[in-house]
Amino acid sequence: MSFPWAKQYEPKQPLMRWLDEKLPVPRLVYNAVGAGYPVPRNLNYFWNFGVLAGAALGIQIITGIVLAMHYAANGGVAFGSVESIMRDVNAGWFLRYAHANGASMFLLVVYIHIARGLYYGSYKAPREMVWLLGVVIFLLMMATAFMGYVLPWGQMSFWGAQVITGFFSAIPLVGESIRIWLLGGYAPDNAALNRFFSLHYLLPFVTAGVIILHIWALHIPGSNNPTGVDVKGKQDTVPFHPYYTAKDAVGLGVFLLIFATLIFFSPNLLGHPDNYIEANPLSTPAHIVPEWYFLPFYAILKSFTADFILPAKLWGVLAMFGSILLLFFLPWLDTSPVRSSNYRPKYRGFLIVLLVDVLLLGYVGGAEANARNVILGQLASAYYFLHFLVILPLVSSSERPRALPNSITEAVLTKHGGTSPAQTALAN
Amino acid sequence: MVRIIAILVGAAFTFVLALALWGTVSTAITDPAPETAEHEFHLHPRDAGLSSAGFFGKYDRRQVQRGFQVFKEVCAACHSLKYVSFRDLEEIGYSEAEVKAIANQWVIETPSVNPDTGEAATRKNVASDRFPSPFANEVAARAANNNALPPDLSLIAKARHDGANYVFSLVGKDGYRPQPAELLKKFPETKTPDGLHYNPYFANLNIAMPPPLTTDGQVTYTDGTVATHDQMAKDVAAFLTWTAEPKLEARHAAGFASVVFILIFCFLAWGAYQNVWRDVKH
Repeated sequence: MSFPWAKQYEPKQPLMRWLDEKLPVPRLVYNAVGAGYPVPRNLNYFWNFGVLAGAALGIQIITGIVLAMHYAANGGVAFGSVESIMRDVNAGWFLRYAHANGASMFLLVVYIHIARGLYYGSYKAPREMVWLLGVVIFLLMMATAFMGYVLPWGQMSFWGAQVITGFFSAIPLVGESIRIWLLGGYAPDNAALNRFFSLHYLLPFVTAGVIILHIWALHIPGSNNPTGVDVKGKQDTVPFHPYYTAKDAVGLGVFLLIFATLIFFSPNLLGHPDNYIEANPLSTPAHIVPEWYFLPFYAILKSFTADFILPAKLWGVLAMFGSILLLFFLPWLDTSPVRSSNYRPKYRGFLIVLLVDVLLLGYVGGAEANARNVILGQLASAYYFLHFLVILPLVSSSERPRALPNSITEAVLTKHGGTSPAQTALAN
Repeated sequence: MVRIIAILVGAAFTFVLALALWGTVSTAITDPAPETAEHEFHLHPRDAGLSSAGFFGKYDRRQVQRGFQVFKEVCAACHSLKYVSFRDLEEIGYSEAEVKAIANQWVIETPSVNPDTGEAATRKNVASDRFPSPFANEVAARAANNNALPPDLSLIAKARHDGANYVFSLVGKDGYRPQPAELLKKFPETKTPDGLHYNPYFANLNIAMPPPLTTDGQVTYTDGTVATHDQMAKDVAAFLTWTAEPKLEARHAAGFASVVFILIFCFLAWGAYQNVWRDVKH
């Protein structure tokens, strides 16, 4: 579907006309990310992050495929094969640093993309399916990132795999059997490394498939916008190309600038030194910590230190998975018809607290587990669940939102100093 | 219905967290975690001031060569360097002939097979060989080192926090020192055991490695540099930074070019954006 005023693809070249009759791929692209997709005219830079995430996935797939040509998924040689990539493969150091930091950049832009969706209510009707598919993509990314971190077979790789697969042993009765089945042994070893490599290569393509569904589902209602008000007419939109291709190029430039700075000047900033020590099942590192992008969830896991009916470990694992799975229910927990937090003063306050809360969880996840940090983590974890499961449903049924603009165009013109309905009608 | 279940689940998690919080707070009050010697006496590394640090850092080839000499004459007695090949030394300024000579004269030979009998043997190193390990295997290494395993040094500068400075501080002039009286008074049970050595830059303060550098002039530099204790420590830190990150200079150069290129791209994209949107209020 598209808006009735969407531009139609009309190939003029005979060759393109011929192609359009046989296999209308250019038409598909034109309607998806070309001039045929009308987009609200008032999107801000937070709407760059979907495209940036797509670019990051592309970079990961390309660098990953080349790295896989040189990598050996065997416990005896994996670490050495990564070192040979760093030392002997042409531009191997670049490929590996780009891939390792690319994962961080991918997760970073996806976190901002998710925060954008939360703030502007992009998960609400009619875009619930877009959101649900987005959460699926996020879960796939987390699995892929975790398995990718295991592949260099350093100390953190090995012990991270040990800890994460250990979550499954918290399941009553069958947990230990499931863990052994998943690992293919009692501890991470060749069997685990090989299957992680296989899945690490597979899942990005599954992710790409779900991204196609994500974009497909998005194109039915069209993009949300900072006011959260529906598109009312042609004057509210501009064609994706050239308007947003140009704006996305600016965002892409800034993204690449930060990415390049990381790769070339501080490639190990986000990694852990212990992963430059080869995996050793007999030597446990002093502090086992995951990559930065998992730290908030790790903090939630560690915060459950009390047994209550269930053992503390099981509570922690349930809460950690629950903290992500609850996102699936968000469209139905938030009953407010107003999408954008700009018009929901009360909810906006709670949401900003949540963002700070998640950053605090990230800090706690990586910090030393002393009493102060554990207490901070427990308070922050409690707010995380209270926010989504209690505050959000209650606030959305009780708050009084601010007056919404009548249309996107009116909001834009108000910003530029014109307010009269007549001007709105004339504006194009 | 979804909301009622959500509120109940939220309440359950919060209740369990409140229990956990109660436990944490009461433990912190009744049974606070004791101070540890590591926490109080561990020191952050001193700054070695290496030329490779920073955005435009490059290796000082003479310094890296001096560091190689320290490695060869001191560290290599116990530590392997298994990811580095002799041929790599050409990158730090040795000629092909010099590299061949260094490989050929290396005291430890590379394991091989006697071509006549098929029995295990050793042969002289060639440029394409990796640096041979001083011990045949881990058991031999431990047996010769009071049951401690000297780690491979290829990646040591990346395998420790602030690695280059760490190496410098650990083996530098104020690394090995007598255990402070204050520490012994406060934590009498943490007296350095026999066979270990007190060093505040080491994570748990007691390191198995005996002091590798002990006196000024332990190594005689061929380039005339005065081999003070700290100078040797600094040089070997520079060498081990190079072994961990041999492509650093290429990386910095490519980074500079990339950033300039991307800045031009940003500038053009910004111009295109302004131009495309000039007639549309947004």
